[in-house]
Amino acid sequence: MTAVSTPASLQRSMHAMDNAEVLRIRNDFPVLDQLVNGKPLIYLDSGATSQNPLSVIEAEQEYYEQRNAAVHRGAHHLAVEATEVFEDARQTVADFVGAQYEETVWTSNATEGLNLISYALSNAALWAAQGRGGSALKDLAIGPGDEIVVTEMEHHANLIPWQELAFRTGATLNYIPVTDDGILRLDAAAEIVGERTKLLAFTHASNVLGTINPVPELVAMARRVGALVVLDACQSVPHMAVDVKELDVDFAVFSGHKMLAPTGVGVLYGKQELLNALPPFLTGGSMITTVTMERAEYLPAPQRFEAGTQRISQAVALATAVNYLTETGIDRIHAWETELGQRLVKGLESIDGIRVVGPASGSERIGLAAFDVAGVHAHDVGQFLDDRGIAVRVGHHCAQPLHRRLGLTATTRASTYLYNTTDDVDSFLDAVSGVRAYFQA
Amino acid sequence: MSLDQLYQQIILDHSKQRHGSGLAETDAPDGTSTGQSHQLNPVCGDEVTLRLAVSDGTVQQISWDGAGCSISMASASVLSELGEGMSVEELHSVIDNFREVLRSRGKVQADPEILGDAAAFEGVARYAARVKCAMISWVAAEDALNQATT
Repeated sequence: MTAVSTPASLQRSMHAMDNAEVLRIRNDFPVLDQLVNGKPLIYLDSGATSQNPLSVIEAEQEYYEQRNAAVHRGAHHLAVEATEVFEDARQTVADFVGAQYEETVWTSNATEGLNLISYALSNAALWAAQGRGGSALKDLAIGPGDEIVVTEMEHHANLIPWQELAFRTGATLNYIPVTDDGILRLDAAAEIVGERTKLLAFTHASNVLGTINPVPELVAMARRVGALVVLDACQSVPHMAVDVKELDVDFAVFSGHKMLAPTGVGVLYGKQELLNALPPFLTGGSMITTVTMERAEYLPAPQRFEAGTQRISQAVALATAVNYLTETGIDRIHAWETELGQRLVKGLESIDGIRVVGPASGSERIGLAAFDVAGVHAHDVGQFLDDRGIAVRVGHHCAQPLHRRLGLTATTRASTYLYNTTDDVDSFLDAVSGVRAYFQA
Repeated sequence: MSLDQLYQQIILDHSKQRHGSGLAETDAPDGTSTGQSHQLNPVCGDEVTLRLAVSDGTVQQISWDGAGCSISMASASVLSELGEGMSVEELHSVIDNFREVLRSRGKVQADPEILGDAAAFEGVARYAARVKCAMISWVAAEDALNQATT
């Protein structure tokens, strides 16, 4: 019998991440190697936007140096190459979340993806009213008497588009409340999601509370009443394995810049039959079959929702970012960040005058923590930490209603990613423990 | 630029002992004309509602309610202490001077002869993200002053 050696990639996939590996990973991120106010930068704001590895930055540069052309047009060499890398990128990103190629639509970011669904749905109501789009559209049309349900913990991006959809269609917007610990009240949800509910939109993981919502339970509630499910996966897809088919949601959105890619690119996943039944949101070039002076016929998804010249280099860079996450191992990243998140929350809980929002340490959470410091405004906390080279987010984190529910106007949030060490967390905790004394609170 | 130059003791003190704070508890003096302005910074949620009472060309009272960071609260407190008793023209010119210092990115020095305790906010000018915090109550005062005198 000959001894078979285990490939390096497999060896890596077998063991958990540690600080030594993270320090090697950090070498791939040029921006992290700098001093801020004379101190080494500790970046704890990946929940807002993540940093880019060199491979992602180079992918975008390489595209412009070697392949730049308008995709899906022109028979010349560059156009063919550009189209190829652009569509390959779509396949890579689709595979990452278990979607089909045809179900993966490029957007500018998650916010645009949610607005796309919202406008396509109100267009569905307009089309159905005029007998356009066939019978499939009648079921999708939302109107007076119908209900749209969101949750109290939503980011404004997954709240306001639905407020406006309700306004445009005459539907009513309801929400599922959260407990004091920042957990969705499923008992209330069971009452709120009813026969009139046409759509249920919720976040997979809260950008403030760190709560991971029970997708299967919520999907089951929606299915019982025939409502569509929209999942905001901004804080989940970059940090944990997400399979949209397994979750059985109808739509899901996420942003590239929160998962090591540049700004300007995001993804909308939608079930194929739904995407092809829905009217487009933006119209124009590249999304049509036949156009006359009076009207146009539209391509099926994904082109149906990709009017105009696309963000090609960013899409290519996003696929490179996905490869970086896949090579490191998304499950390993999730495990590491869970450890960092627990360390954060536990550490904060042990500091006098700190109130962490969301589930307590020991409960399931993503790798971030938002908190209030008694007697010190979040803006001042952020300034104090910045002076020590520590980057955090302060404010309402685009979740004003949630903060109101918690009795706060602003919190400070530290959020981790695969390039953060336990030392980063410890330095942060050490700094936070000095905040109240500094401000004489 | 150190953090201590931003958070001078006088700022920390005013952020806790807030002069003029409490609209409901103070009535405008009889015979004054008043103006009231609400200002909000949507980025950080800082909020100030400021009322100013004027009679015979003199600012008789400045009272306010607010929520926000230490810089914004201390700034409102200093302003209300400083502005009371000034003539309308004087307060206008002090507001203009304060704005010039704050927007100068540190190039224009604060003159304590003109700005009094408000000169302590000089350091804020070097923190671009915090200038609005220091300015919010002054913007409210300018608006209220215009209302009270037209």
